[in-house]
Amino acid sequence: MSDQPTIRVRDLKKAFGTKVVLDGANLEVWPGESVVVIGQSGVGKSVLIKCIIGILTPDAGTIEIDGELTTEAGFRNMDAVRRKFGMLFQYAALFDSLKVWENVGFGLMRHSNLKPDKVREVAEEKLRMVGLPGILDLMPSELSGGMRKRVGLARAIAMEPKIILYDEPTTGLDPIRADSINDLIIQLREELGVASITITHDMTSAYKIADRITMLYKGKLIATGTPDEIRGSDNPYIQQFIHGRAEGPIRDE
Amino acid sequence: MRLLSGINWIGTQTLHYLDEAGVSLLLLLKVLRGLFKRPFPFRLTTQQMEEVGVRSLPVVIITAIFTGAVLALQTYSGFKRFGAEGLVGTVVALSMTRELGPVLASIMVAGRVGSSMAAELGTMRVTEQIDALITLATDPVHYLVVPRFVASLIMLPFLVVFADLLGIIGGYIVAVNVLGTSSTTYINRTLQYLEFSDVSVGLVKAAVFGMIIALIGCQMGFYTEGGAEGVGRATTRAVVGASILILISNYFLTAFLF
Repeated sequence: MSDQPTIRVRDLKKAFGTKVVLDGANLEVWPGESVVVIGQSGVGKSVLIKCIIGILTPDAGTIEIDGELTTEAGFRNMDAVRRKFGMLFQYAALFDSLKVWENVGFGLMRHSNLKPDKVREVAEEKLRMVGLPGILDLMPSELSGGMRKRVGLARAIAMEPKIILYDEPTTGLDPIRADSINDLIIQLREELGVASITITHDMTSAYKIADRITMLYKGKLIATGTPDEIRGSDNPYIQQFIHGRAEGPIRDE
Repeated sequence: MRLLSGINWIGTQTLHYLDEAGVSLLLLLKVLRGLFKRPFPFRLTTQQMEEVGVRSLPVVIITAIFTGAVLALQTYSGFKRFGAEGLVGTVVALSMTRELGPVLASIMVAGRVGSSMAAELGTMRVTEQIDALITLATDPVHYLVVPRFVASLIMLPFLVVFADLLGIIGGYIVAVNVLGTSSTTYINRTLQYLEFSDVSVGLVKAAVFGMIIALIGCQMGFYTEGGAEGVGRATTRAVVGASILILISNYFLTAFLF
């Protein structure tokens, strides 16, 4: 392990109007590590990763990517930092005016000198990795939900990122498809050695893909540990969440 | 109490519109900066030019022909009262080139294109496609707004050339075939009084209206919130907002440019 985390988030704060979403969140992700952030729907898990990749600007706190402080005022290099990332969105967020291969090859078309023919080849290769060969010329509207997500994954890995952010990768899929996405995530980590942050409330998936699990509650990451540590945690919030009980210290507000 | 809540409402609305105006201005600045950012998105711009220009042509043509035609009818019935029926061609030509060509064509395009810009960008916003652009190290303003802005700016004057021409033709058809004006009188009176500046200032207006349509359409779409309902709202506001701004700015452009 190197001495510097790939991502370091310190005291991150973000509010929308009067609604405080992140209230001093701290997180470190080391090279090649898979961190899963669990928490209830709507507590701001997506906000956390959107701050990290610079879709949202935090109100306070710092984010370092490979030691580079991206939250510094006047930081101009964000697009270069973003190229280290791939992100899979909850509903894949494929560009519906573009064909599958143009979606997968979007970053390559814009940020590399590859000719379109070559980009198609790379797109086919990435699609084969996610188990979808031969659909290069389809439109996103012709795909099922599970296929869209896998195309989204192919797009996320097309630029060979160091870090992948997964926003609810298994939500909305049947258990079998969900598990094949889990396998893909693990395979990508093993084959490409990428670090990742996964947002989910699917505990089966979390246990399977995580090196470390951390729980977001009331704007803070309240407990962090390996899947086994989390399973055996005596923290009542974590126990309530991982067992999916309506009764407990966490209340609907 | 009712009075107070009324004043409160006016205040809130005023703040809201100032807020929106600020957002428009910021977006305009981003677009202007985006114009100089390499590589310029040529392919996307030509796609939009086809959408804004070519596809709007039928609507603009129909609007212009019937506007010119009805102008001829109305002018004739008014001017006949003091024996000036011969000037129908002049009135049609001046009205079309100076006002109605630019304004009506732009309002039709605002309805057709401004709304679809708002709907398209709004959908991209609520389905996180705009966020996805950012993660792919692509500036969404440069990728989405700049092409639409440039396309509208360029194509609106072209559409208005067609609108001017077809309005005059519409007037001609009615004047000559319905009202019995002689063809040479209509053409002579049109050419005799029409100045180049009537047309050129109309085209400048059209370019400004084109910018308004794209800017408001994109702004409403770009900052959409609240799912499908939000997209619907954005679409309506794009059309209403652009149309009103066109009418208001038209007055000031007329006052300062002519």
